[in-house]
Amino acid sequence: MRTYRHTLPVRLGHWLNVLCLLILIMSGLQIFNAHPALYRGDRSDRDRPLLSMRAVMTESGERRGITTVLGHPFDTTGLLGYSSETRRGFPSWATLPGPQWLAMGRRWHLFFAWVFVVNGLLFGLHAFFSRHFWRDLFPKWNDWRNIGRDVRNHLAFRHPTGEEATRYNVMQKMAYTGVVFGLGPLIVLTGLSMSPAFDAAFPWLPDLFGGRQSARAVHFLACFSFVGFMAVHLFMVATTGLVNNLRSMLTGWYRIERDGGTRDEQACR
Amino acid sequence: MTSRPAANPTVDRRRFLSRAFQATGLLLLAGCDNLSRSDWFQALLGKTEQVTKEAQRVLSPRQAMAKEFTLDDLSPVFPANGTSDPESEEYQALAKNGFAGWKLEIGGLVQTPSRLSLDELRALPSRTQITRHDCVEGWSAIAKWKGGKLSELLERVRPLPSARYIVFHCADPDEDGRPYYESIDFEDAHHPQTILAYEINDLALPIQHGAPVRLRVERQLGYKQAKYIMRIELVESFESIAGGKGGYWEDQGYEWYAGI
Repeated sequence: MRTYRHTLPVRLGHWLNVLCLLILIMSGLQIFNAHPALYRGDRSDRDRPLLSMRAVMTESGERRGITTVLGHPFDTTGLLGYSSETRRGFPSWATLPGPQWLAMGRRWHLFFAWVFVVNGLLFGLHAFFSRHFWRDLFPKWNDWRNIGRDVRNHLAFRHPTGEEATRYNVMQKMAYTGVVFGLGPLIVLTGLSMSPAFDAAFPWLPDLFGGRQSARAVHFLACFSFVGFMAVHLFMVATTGLVNNLRSMLTGWYRIERDGGTRDEQACR
Repeated sequence: MTSRPAANPTVDRRRFLSRAFQATGLLLLAGCDNLSRSDWFQALLGKTEQVTKEAQRVLSPRQAMAKEFTLDDLSPVFPANGTSDPESEEYQALAKNGFAGWKLEIGGLVQTPSRLSLDELRALPSRTQITRHDCVEGWSAIAKWKGGKLSELLERVRPLPSARYIVFHCADPDEDGRPYYESIDFEDAHHPQTILAYEINDLALPIQHGAPVRLRVERQLGYKQAKYIMRIELVESFESIAGGKGGYWEDQGYEWYAGI
């Protein structure tokens, strides 16, 4: 049995998001590398960072990368602070462009930030008027009732089949709703809080996050929350039928297995 | 005995897939770096600047003020970025005399070109403001600035109708001898917080912060806040100046509109 799972606007929006997020994360790390430290409040007091990545010279003349989080130093040579024999926050394979190049990193970032925002707004409008939010994404009373069972099934890697597989379960609904209404707006608003012109027009915005530097720190945390979401999302995509999931996000069509059977069992019948 | 896990076809396939992924990733990265170096792509991405500028100016009233802070918010140390002591002989000679011989030249598309001494600049209506300096690198610092209002100065020299930009020529050349310069438009020049600052935290502006005078154009990033100003020129277009992009950093790929 097959079901039409993802409409065309949702699929287009999804793949545009893939492109935007990859570019935004990597160009964001490039921008971060221009001053690889985070602070609380409105100003950057260099002696009191929340997080910093530095290269230091040991007594034997060797360079090490040191990442300090809330005053606790960690040796992160090769990954953070010092990699490929260069002083840099994140390594070149994680940044866009690869070499240190702030001006170009900003161009990539600010261009795709617009694409990301416009794409997000169009998705929001579509999902609202097509009732996609209401029908598919918002958790309902029934979902909450079964949350215990869903969590147990998830932990045991038992994934729904049959009619149930046509709907998102409560954890998916919470994750997607959280990203669309929480993380997405958060990363855009913290990004805008770093704009001095935007701050002049809306001074309450950086204050909402505790100042421009706090907003920058939250922007960084939100970025890694996106990375975390993407990691879990990819893991779930891969473990619940990679081909079927990919096909449904490319063509819209999702194959549903009959109740109670795994694919192997069905193949034997 | 060494067992070769590659004999297992599943592992073999996995290894192949993971290498294929890595190779694709590397190719994509190299492709992006090539794109970054191509002029047409830089120009395409650069289109954002105009969109951002228009959007921000629609959202933000012309006279929207940058937040002003209190004395408690001052940075204990205000970092000096870029040049901290211009090497030119002319500048060093001026500095030796406490800038007594310094004259700010204002010319270009104006009806009355003028030369102002530091004392004459201090006699202009001034403004004192405690504002946040946001560097393009990402850090911020807060200081108290006092300076003559640029709008007052412009009124005196009476700009010609064709003037569109105010260009600030500075005393600090880089290692290749290219001088620092910056430019802003009239919207920013007439903003009440746009001043030619000669004091930081109640002290005469020290050399590291741009003595004798630096620009404060709040609502824009740090590289717009030109230090060591020697000459102000009103122009219709900055295309014939240096790299033609309106500023030292702009010529190196940074946005002319530095509101974000």
